[in-house]
Amino acid sequence: MLKKIRIALAVIFFTGITLLLLDITGALHLWLGWMAKIQFLPAVMAVNLGVIIVLCLLTLVFGRVYCSVICPLGVMQDGIARIRVNALRRKKNRRPYQYKKEIKWLRYGVWAVFVAALIAGIQPLVALLAPYSAFGRIVSSLFQPVYIWINNLFAGIAEHAGSYAFYGKEVWLRSLPVLLVAIGTLVLVGVLAWTGGRTYCNAVCPIGTTLSFLSRFAMFRPVIDKDKCKNCKVCEHNCKASCINIQEHKIDYSRCVDCFNCIEDCKFGALRYRFAWKRSNSSVPEGTSEGTDTGRRAFMTGTAVLLTSTLVDAQEKKLDGGYAEIMDKKVPERTVPVTPFGSKSVKDFYDRCTACQLCVAACPNDVLRPSGSLERFMQPEMSYERGYCRPECVRCSEVCPSGAILGISKEQKTEYRVGIAHVNRDLCIVETQGTTCGNCARKCPIGAISMVRINPEDPDSLLRPSVIEEKCIGCGACENLCPARPISAITVDGRRDHLNA
Amino acid sequence: MDRRDFLKISGAGAVALGTAACAPKKNAPAAEEPEEMVIRTNPRNGDRVSLLGYGCMRWPMIKDADGNDIIDQDAVNEMVDYAMAHGINYYDTSPAYLRGQSERAAGIALSRYPRDSYYIATKLSNFGDNSREASLQMYQDSFKDLQTDYFDYYLFHSIGRGGIEAFNKRYVDNGMLDFLRGEKEKGRIRNLGFSFHGNQEAFDAFMQKYDSGEIVWDFCQIEMNYVDWKYADGVRNVNADYLYAELDKREIPVVIMEPLLGGRLANVPANVADNFKQREPDSSVASWAFRFVGSYPRILTVLSGMASMDPLIDNVKTFTHFRPMNEEEIEFMLTQAALIKEYPMVNCTDCKYCMPCPWGIDIPGIFKHYNTSITEGTFVHSSEQKNYRKIRNAYLVSYNRAIPTLRQADHCISCGECLMHCPQSIPIPQELMRINRYVEKLKQDTL
Repeated sequence: MLKKIRIALAVIFFTGITLLLLDITGALHLWLGWMAKIQFLPAVMAVNLGVIIVLCLLTLVFGRVYCSVICPLGVMQDGIARIRVNALRRKKNRRPYQYKKEIKWLRYGVWAVFVAALIAGIQPLVALLAPYSAFGRIVSSLFQPVYIWINNLFAGIAEHAGSYAFYGKEVWLRSLPVLLVAIGTLVLVGVLAWTGGRTYCNAVCPIGTTLSFLSRFAMFRPVIDKDKCKNCKVCEHNCKASCINIQEHKIDYSRCVDCFNCIEDCKFGALRYRFAWKRSNSSVPEGTSEGTDTGRRAFMTGTAVLLTSTLVDAQEKKLDGGYAEIMDKKVPERTVPVTPFGSKSVKDFYDRCTACQLCVAACPNDVLRPSGSLERFMQPEMSYERGYCRPECVRCSEVCPSGAILGISKEQKTEYRVGIAHVNRDLCIVETQGTTCGNCARKCPIGAISMVRINPEDPDSLLRPSVIEEKCIGCGACENLCPARPISAITVDGRRDHLNA
Repeated sequence: MDRRDFLKISGAGAVALGTAACAPKKNAPAAEEPEEMVIRTNPRNGDRVSLLGYGCMRWPMIKDADGNDIIDQDAVNEMVDYAMAHGINYYDTSPAYLRGQSERAAGIALSRYPRDSYYIATKLSNFGDNSREASLQMYQDSFKDLQTDYFDYYLFHSIGRGGIEAFNKRYVDNGMLDFLRGEKEKGRIRNLGFSFHGNQEAFDAFMQKYDSGEIVWDFCQIEMNYVDWKYADGVRNVNADYLYAELDKREIPVVIMEPLLGGRLANVPANVADNFKQREPDSSVASWAFRFVGSYPRILTVLSGMASMDPLIDNVKTFTHFRPMNEEEIEFMLTQAALIKEYPMVNCTDCKYCMPCPWGIDIPGIFKHYNTSITEGTFVHSSEQKNYRKIRNAYLVSYNRAIPTLRQADHCISCGECLMHCPQSIPIPQELMRINRYVEKLKQDTL
């Protein structure tokens, strides 16, 4: 029964968060947005004390149910492990797991690195290790494209049928390094889950380790009744966390994720999930620290290679003979990153962001994409080659669970001046081609661009754009709609006074 | 009559007879209606021209192996076969149409028939380079592409805008007018005329040349339909009733273009369509427009740019069972024109002369999508409107489907390159801006 409840809840959470990351309509966050907000790391970043306290109490009372139910990466691993277990069962192998000692050096080593990175503000490292961030980049980089392709298939059918229920969305490679890291994460987590169940959660995951500090004192835990136990080891051989030691009749509660498989499996009623504070029997098996750290090294070097890869934009052109060719835009140089409207400052944004990719996946205008720069790796930044931050859209601020992007209304957007446009007269077609234009000024949603005479002496000379510095908020409409290609003649740079506002 | 038509008619007759025997029936089809295409005789030379002419400007394009747009010749051949079989014998093309491929496609399709079984009309479309050399080259190429050694009707293409000066520049100063007159004497051109887009002053000037005997126009091609009859904007284009009256007065044969305004009069706003259907549920909306222009006796032929079999079959039906309009019907049509004019449609006929826009904007596509939204009732007037959310969504989704985002109206920089190409004199950048403002209001939900 407990196992069934666990599985049902896990499926609900997993499906919800996955859908949240896949969604391109922005409709789901209203219903499911809270599922992201109760994730541990985002709650810490948002200093969401309520959630943190509830999660800690939850662990203290029931053990690491968070890892089995709320954490989507944990549930994903259970799914992968289950496939293997079922396959083994068909081969009459009913011993997929066995008790293993805790890999202390790795577990606490990673945890120490994680905490240090968190304190030092090395967010890319935090995002690399945190389970929610890992799941976010796997889904948004690998599964969302598939989701959109399927959606586009429906959109094609809908178009055929004259229905507007579905609309197509272009799939583009937002960042190659992040895609590679996502693949690496999926492979690593997948292999670990396939071979060892919850190895990642109990040897790498810093959130798992954090919760383990509490779970070893949990009020309710699975407890072995030595008198009833026949030492058949069914429980031990089916423990994904490899934390049941039947020889000593002990369970490592720091690693137990309360999946309740053992409770269901024991034919003799020797395992029960019960109130365990009466008789203190928390037994943490001692582990010996071994010298080699190949696993972690391999992981780190693997990603380090990926870090150095360059950002490559998807090159996709639809050519039609009857139309002039339109060159793709290139990313201009930005000295200060442009962060979403709703970010308090550049620093605050990158300090809080867990790089879960929720905002990137949600951005309907293809503005947000994970950064390829080392110090902000995988964390989002804004760029306007494919679209601009439209005045009516605040979707990223609605979905952000970590408080990096505060929830704002579209009216509040103008209160955040995240960037400022600059005109490059050498590229402006008014000057290079002597044609009238002014598209930037016409399309600026807040009227922050004046058109001035190229030659002030000559009242008949053409008009060129000039940015009214105080007004510009950095939405990028001008840059996106500028006819100069591949580099726009008017480009947005992050505001220096937004760096540490 | 082919076998299928015979079966259809005889079958219908049998059914009619059967039902007539059972119960008295109104409007039982007459046993044998005339199945002949209406023929008009050119009073000047006795040419027997079908009242429905084929405009070769809107044939379907497909992609070739290299991804280039080419005319779907198989489809063209099929349609020309049907047209020839049903008596259509006037084919109007131009070296400029369909990215320069129309003449060749017409030549391929028509050369399969005896040359004296159809009339060819083509034009000197020297819009770009109007030097004598380029113009002569264009003239010579037309013979080659159309696989003929004479043109039945040859036109100075789209004159009127820019008045006499523009005409002089394109045809007089380079000596082409005299050259073409010489060609006519040699019999390589049988009728020399012009197609007109412009204001009244320009038209009067061309009539003046005729009256003074300076140039004898053998025929004249004008834009005429029930909307332009009285509702041309008057500033840039003349009302068709004026044009027709002036030509009629001088007994100049008239060829009609844009009887449907580029298809817009086949797809009219819902209330107007209702009015047509109310009167004749079985007649197509387009057939009303054709009957309107066909009812004027000075019309030699009505050009329709039939792009597929469906409109071709429907038009053949209209012109083989042709019923001229009476005065009451003409009045009714003018009332409908007034209703149509109440909608903020763009007067684009999808001729694509403005394309390619140097900045990549799909100008006719944007106008077409906008106009369609109006006629199909997916145009939003205010957020108070019934079904506002649904209609708004439909407009925005269909806009992105119809036009790639990079070719949408918001990328227009108002350079004005298109302005001089538009025969309808549409202020294209302003109209694009107007549509973009509308789209922005929809997107921002501030309508």
